[in-house]
Amino acid sequence: MMKRDECFRVLTRHVTDEVLVSTYSSAVDWLNLGERTLNYFSVGAMGLDSSHALGLALGRPNKRIICLQGDGSLLMNLGCLVTIAAAAPKNLVHIVVQNGTYEANGGHPIPNTEADFAAMARAAGYAHVHDFSQLANFEQQAAHVLKQDGPVFATLHVEPSKPLTYDYPNLYDPARRKALKAALQQS
Amino acid sequence: MDADLLTEPDDKIELKGSGIIAAIKASGIEYILSVPDIVTSGGLLRPIARDPELKLIRVCKEDECIGIASGLSYCDKRALTLIQYTGFLDSINAIRGIAVEYGQPICMMIGLLGHDPYTTPRNSPRYGVRIIEPILEAMGIPHHLVNEEPDVAKIRPAIEDAYAKSHPVALLIGRRPSAS
Repeated sequence: MMKRDECFRVLTRHVTDEVLVSTYSSAVDWLNLGERTLNYFSVGAMGLDSSHALGLALGRPNKRIICLQGDGSLLMNLGCLVTIAAAAPKNLVHIVVQNGTYEANGGHPIPNTEADFAAMARAAGYAHVHDFSQLANFEQQAAHVLKQDGPVFATLHVEPSKPLTYDYPNLYDPARRKALKAALQQS
Repeated sequence: MDADLLTEPDDKIELKGSGIIAAIKASGIEYILSVPDIVTSGGLLRPIARDPELKLIRVCKEDECIGIASGLSYCDKRALTLIQYTGFLDSINAIRGIAVEYGQPICMMIGLLGHDPYTTPRNSPRYGVRIIEPILEAMGIPHHLVNEEPDVAKIRPAIEDAYAKSHPVALLIGRRPSAS
């Protein structure tokens, strides 16, 4: 079993000019690793991070879009797997962090902690699907996963993390959205 | 002929789907995000699906449209969410968070299933339709009824204003548009 922040540190070695979409606990852990203009924190409607990512991927087909989504969030929008697979954006990498809990809402378990999201993504029709439980394996494959023609799906099996501090005013800050939009218009 | 290509049998007033689609295009809309709705199925969704000038993204559940439209708006791409009022009701939290609190230009075209087009939505025989305008007003979302041909002229200014000032807007389709 991996730790989410360790997995994200691996991603920071490969993420450059991609737009990274995230919400709640994943967004907090990702932001703790550093500020960047091309972060899109879609806090406010849990589950729709993957849909925001699809919109960005369609709107900017020449830019890579990475979605870091929690398992509880995906469960609130499971149909997005079929929608994304049908839209088939080549530039979208959809990573689901599976810790088996609604972490931001008290750490209660999701209805089935053994749910196989990679199998669901494969059945929905994603172009490439991965499933990682070992950090060494993820480290070895991360660059490849991020560069594949999408839609790409990867599950990261992680253990519940230490309690996080949710600074929603910071995540919600309209200045972030304004800066992201300006950056996308220039790119 | 498919049943959804017919107007309501007793309806003497025609609301042309082609005029609505022309107004959508004139508004700069590039993407249509939709879950099918029998009110708009024959007159709007079917011709839109065949129209090479519009990109149709079929989604599984209406709230996906709100997220997708938001992502597209960051890329300066305009989208119209084409859904039934039941899907609007199901998407209230996404509309609250993304469209209203984030101030995003989320443009919704909402079919009023079961509505009597000879009365107003507030006086509709269908409870679900009667509550739509009060909900939109409680959320501060501008709304416009598209019920007869002259109402089609409301579409473009409403969408233009939503994108110019970055706010959501709802266009309520009060009768089944014809496929002509």
